[in-house]
Formats: sequence, C-alpha cells, structure tokens
Amino acid sequence: MTDAATPSTTPGNPASKKGSLLVTDARTKKRNNAEKRFRAYGITAISVGVIFLATLLYSIVGNGAGAFTQTFIAVDIALPEETLDPEGNRDRSEMSRVSTFGYNPLIQQALAEKIASLNIETEVPEAAFGQLLSPGAAAQVRTTVLNNPDLIGQTVRFDILASSRVDGYFKDRVSRVSLLRDSNLSPAHLDIVDELRDQGFAAKKFNLAFITGSDASESRPESAGIGVSMIGSLAMMLVVLLLSLPIGVAASIYLEEFAPKNWFTDLIEVNISNLAAVPSIVFGILGLALFIQFAQLPQSAPLVGGLVLTLMTLPTIIISTRAALKSVPPSIRDAALGVGASKNQAVFHHVLPLAMPGILTGTIIGLAQALGETAPLLLIGMVGFIASNYPDGISAAFMSPNSAMPAQIYEWAKRADPAYYERAWGGIIILLGFLMTMNIIAVILRRRFERRW
Amino acid sequence: MDDLRIIERTSNMNDIKISAKGVQVFYGDTHAIKDVDVEIADKTVTAFIGPSGCGKSTFLRCLNRMNDTIDICRVEGSIAIDGQDIYDKRVDPVQLRAKVGMVFQKPNPFPKSIYDNVAYGPKIHGLARTKADLDEIVEASLRRAALWNEVKDRLQAPGTGLSGGQQQRLCIARAVATAPEVLLMDEPCSALDPIATAQVEELIDELRQQFSVVIVTHSMQQAARVSQKTAFFHLGNLVEFNDTDQIFTNPQDPRTESYITGRIG
Repeated sequence: MTDAATPSTTPGNPASKKGSLLVTDARTKKRNNAEKRFRAYGITAISVGVIFLATLLYSIVGNGAGAFTQTFIAVDIALPEETLDPEGNRDRSEMSRVSTFGYNPLIQQALAEKIASLNIETEVPEAAFGQLLSPGAAAQVRTTVLNNPDLIGQTVRFDILASSRVDGYFKDRVSRVSLLRDSNLSPAHLDIVDELRDQGFAAKKFNLAFITGSDASESRPESAGIGVSMIGSLAMMLVVLLLSLPIGVAASIYLEEFAPKNWFTDLIEVNISNLAAVPSIVFGILGLALFIQFAQLPQSAPLVGGLVLTLMTLPTIIISTRAALKSVPPSIRDAALGVGASKNQAVFHHVLPLAMPGILTGTIIGLAQALGETAPLLLIGMVGFIASNYPDGISAAFMSPNSAMPAQIYEWAKRADPAYYERAWGGIIILLGFLMTMNIIAVILRRRFERRW
Repeated sequence: MDDLRIIERTSNMNDIKISAKGVQVFYGDTHAIKDVDVEIADKTVTAFIGPSGCGKSTFLRCLNRMNDTIDICRVEGSIAIDGQDIYDKRVDPVQLRAKVGMVFQKPNPFPKSIYDNVAYGPKIHGLARTKADLDEIVEASLRRAALWNEVKDRLQAPGTGLSGGQQQRLCIARAVATAPEVLLMDEPCSALDPIATAQVEELIDELRQQFSVVIVTHSMQQAARVSQKTAFFHLGNLVEFNDTDQIFTNPQDPRTESYITGRIG
C-alpha cells in the first residue's frame, strides 16, 4: 500500500503501533461487547415472548378444556305409548303434539326409580330430583324419540346432561359450601350425585354438542355449543373471501402496475393506508348505516357481517398485495416486455405468479383478522343471545340471524353463570384452532406457490 | 490493445435499418441524450461505448421504446426502423418489441423451465401453430444461442438453475425465438466470466448473419472484437460514430482518443 510512503501527520497513527494479534485491543473488545449485549437483549425479548405465550396457552387450555367434557347421568326411561303416541301410528307430526311437558314426568319418574333402585337414602324430596338434570333433558329425550319412533313402548337408557351445578361439582367448580347459598341445587343433591358416580351412572364424557350445538339460554349453560355461530363465521368468511380477494387484488394490480402516478392516485394510496388503521367499530357503524339502514339488508345476518368485514379486510389485502407486487424484481417485467409481451401479459403471466405467495399470505392474515373481529358485529346485531338453530339451507346461512364465534365467546364471557366462563375459554380454543388451521393453509399455499426455482 | 484484431468488416452502409435523427431524451429535468443522429446498418454489429452515465443504455432503450415504461422519461426527435417512425402515435410498442428484441445486462430468465422461457415469445406472438412447430422454434433458437447441446436433455429444468453464462445465452435464445429483425444488447457480458463472454461474443458474430445487432458495452476490447461500427457517447452527446477500426486506430475527436486510451471514463 502506498500509505506507508506518505508521512503520517497524526501522532497516533494506528499503523505505527500495531499490537499483537493475540491480544484483543480495547476497540475490538468494545465492539464485541456491544454485540454480546445486543444478543442478550434479543434472547431476553424472545424469552419474555415465549413465557407470555406459554402462560397464555396454559391458561386457555387449563380453563377451556373442561368445556369439551360434560357430566351425563344415565337414566332408564320408560316410553309408554299411551302418553307419547296416543294415536298409536308413530306419525311424527302427531307425536310432536306431545310437548316437553309430556316428557318431564317420565324423566322425573325414571330418575326417582333409579335413585330408589340404587338404595340411595336422601332427604331431597322426590320432586326436586329433577334439579340434577339439565332443564333441557325433556327436549333431549323428545328429540330422540321423535327421530326414532320405534323406541316407544320400550324402556331406553338415555345419557341425560346433568345440570350445570352437578357438572360444576364434577369439575371442582361447585362444592357443598357454595351450594348452601344456591337455590338451584342443595348440598344433599351432591350425596345422590356421589352415589350415582360411584355406581357408574354419572360420569364426565366428551361432549360433541359443545362443538356442534347452538347457543342455549342463560339457565342451561350445559347445553350451549358453538356450532351454529361457527356456521355464521364460515358464512362471513366466505363472503369476505369472495369479495375482498378479487376486489383487493384487482385494485392493487391496477394501482401498482397500470395507474398513472399523480396526485389523485397518491391520495388513494394515502387513504388506503389510513383505512387499515381505522378502528374496526367504525366499519361496524358504516355497515349499519350502509347495509342495514340504507340497503335494507336483514339485521344480524352473516351476509351483512361479511360485507362489513370485507370493508375492514380490503386495506390489509391491498397493502400486502402491493408490497408483494413491488417485491417482484423489475428485471422480470423488462424481460417480458423485451420479448414483446403486452403490459397485461407481463403482469398476469410473470409478475402475478411471483407475487402469489405474498398475496395469499396477506389475504389469509386479513381473513384471520376478520375471523377474530367482534367490534363491528356489535353494531349490526350479531352479538347477543341469538337462539338460532342450524340455518335450514344455503341462503338462510347468509340471510337469517346468526352470531359469529368471537361474538359468541364475548356473549358467554359476559353471562352471569360461572359455567359459561369455562365455555368462553373453550370457545377460544376452537377459535384458535381455526386460526391455526388458516395459518397452516397459508404456509402450505406459500410453499406451493413459492417454487420460484 | 493487442486484441484489436480486425475481423471481417464488410458492413454495407447502403442498407440502413435504423435511422435516428435529432433524438433528445429527458428524465424529468435531466437532459440525458442530446441531439443524437445515428444510422444503424442491417446485418451489422454496432457497438455503443462510453463512460458510465453517458446515455448509451438510455439511447439503446429508445430503439425498442423500453423507455416508455419509465414515467418521467420523454423522447423527442425521430427514430425510424425501415423508414417507419417508431414513435408515431399509431405504433404499438408491443408490436415494435417483437421486431426489436432485447437482451439485458443481468441475465433475467423467467422463473420457468428452459423450454417455457424460449417458447414464451413465440406463444404470445402466435408464431407456432402446433406443438411441433413450437418445439422446432425452441430447438432452433437454443441452437442459435449455442445452448442446445448443453440443455437438450433438461428442457424442463428451471431456467434460473443454469449458470450465469448459460442464463445469458438462454436470454439470447429467448430474444431470438420471436424472430426479431434487430437485437439490442445492453452490456450482455458484464455479469459473465471470460469464457462465457467469449461464447456470447462468438454468438453475436453469428447472429450478425440474420440480424442487425446493437450492443452497449463497457469493454472497448469487446467493442473492437465484435462490432463493425462503433458509436462513442459522452455526457449524452454522440461524439463520434464510425467504422470500428477507424474509431480505435484513428479517432477524429480528441474526447474519443482520451477515452480509448483510458484518460477519461
């Protein structure tokens, strides 16, 4: 190097006092320490995150796992023809004239017989035995009988849902002490429950109805399920996907590839970025005004929910799609134009396929965001006790009142009965399951499209 | 400059392919090309040389209107190919680019198979009626780009998996496949090693039989080796345009002389 030839004017010329390579000098030490410090910060940050995540998962699973099991009491119920099918022709419409009031005494009687046959001595009056079972027990038996008329005339063993207090006792939520101040169940009932359990007639079992069932009234949390609101969520997601993906991708392609760059497109760009940061409840009130009050679409309908969530998701999809399009190297565009492809061909044959992974990721993130959104649903009437059964048909799935998973969870969480607390956590497990599935799909799609060689 | 071998220089100047008159290019307020007049002969290799930023690539991109894709770029003057003004309002740049192919500085194959890379142009221009026609075009183009023997067994392999030199020849094959009349090359060898460069240069000489080739290069040796005509650009001006041997042995302009002797640039 020529540096050696030029006389050094600075006295501390580092070249003149080079130390041994075996000794780390102060400057290097300082730099190494800075790096070590930074690594420590990073590890600390990640550890904190992992701890939070673990705590979150632990508490969700710990609190929510119980919602998937439910206590059932096995009762042998006699189904006499003279009360359940007076005409004797097993005709469903005629049999359905017998309401749940017709079934209640049968269940009461069967339970009393069961308790008597097990030689359980109790101070509980026979009329209060029914408190052990869910208020929905009669409906449960009635539905089974209506679906299988052949059961009439036989004595059939039913697994009847226990009442939420009994279930709470099985799950250590309810104790004899807490029941002293409870009008729904007395401590003496628990003695019967203990006997039933010891004899194998009362047990906790997996409760599919929690996943597939519909919401239930405040008085019978044991039969509430998330299934119907899941249908509501799915219908909304379908609307969001079908509307926001084509609109969002088309808008981004136009803005990114074709639109002239002027003050107007700049304005649009700024507004899209701002829309992404608008609180979701604002979209809710917009949807209320636009879709329900102006367009007269039905309240509480997943269609309206989907439209509102589409508005909310569009900015996310547009922003991520534009980023994905921007990240495609310009040399690919040049190459396509260079062989005489039109702008349109260059975009659709070459740029879009390369941007696909980014677009899909953005879309699925947008969808996942929409799936978990509750606030806008408040304003269009999808939060609350919507005691709906399964929608009967495709159009009903979109048009008839329904809730959505996060709205259902919120609804459960604010109900008074502590049994609903567990269901709220259980609902969150299912919601997270859905989000996880969507993310896995996103990863798989990404992988598949990302074969860019 | 030992390798200033004078290869066969039989350019027929009567056969003008591209004629540019008074071309001005502006990037916003920057005046990138100042009043350039050039006549490019058919079946000739014309080299554009000059220091970085002198506008030679910009001018090259005017010849197939690739500058149209840059919003702030404005071109004045007239450029005619076979007597037709390519900046006429009626000219569709897409059609023009099928006629004037381009090879870029960095090899930029599509992230598709080798076959699809070459077949893409003929496909979109409808040059092949049947699959067999297309196969034939692909093979002929790859042969012409001196790549066929290396890739004939793996036509379905990704084009991006080839080496740099092979990729660039693939890009040349892709440009050749659309049967252009002019081939523009923007520093086609700057990302290649000497062996690949030699292959591409040999190829350029081959291509001269069918096309008019315009090549931008930073290497004066390369210009001397492959071209019959050379244009020297400096600060947006066309300083000198002459037969290559004239430029390198007997430059008329002092700026040309300083450049080729390494004093500016």
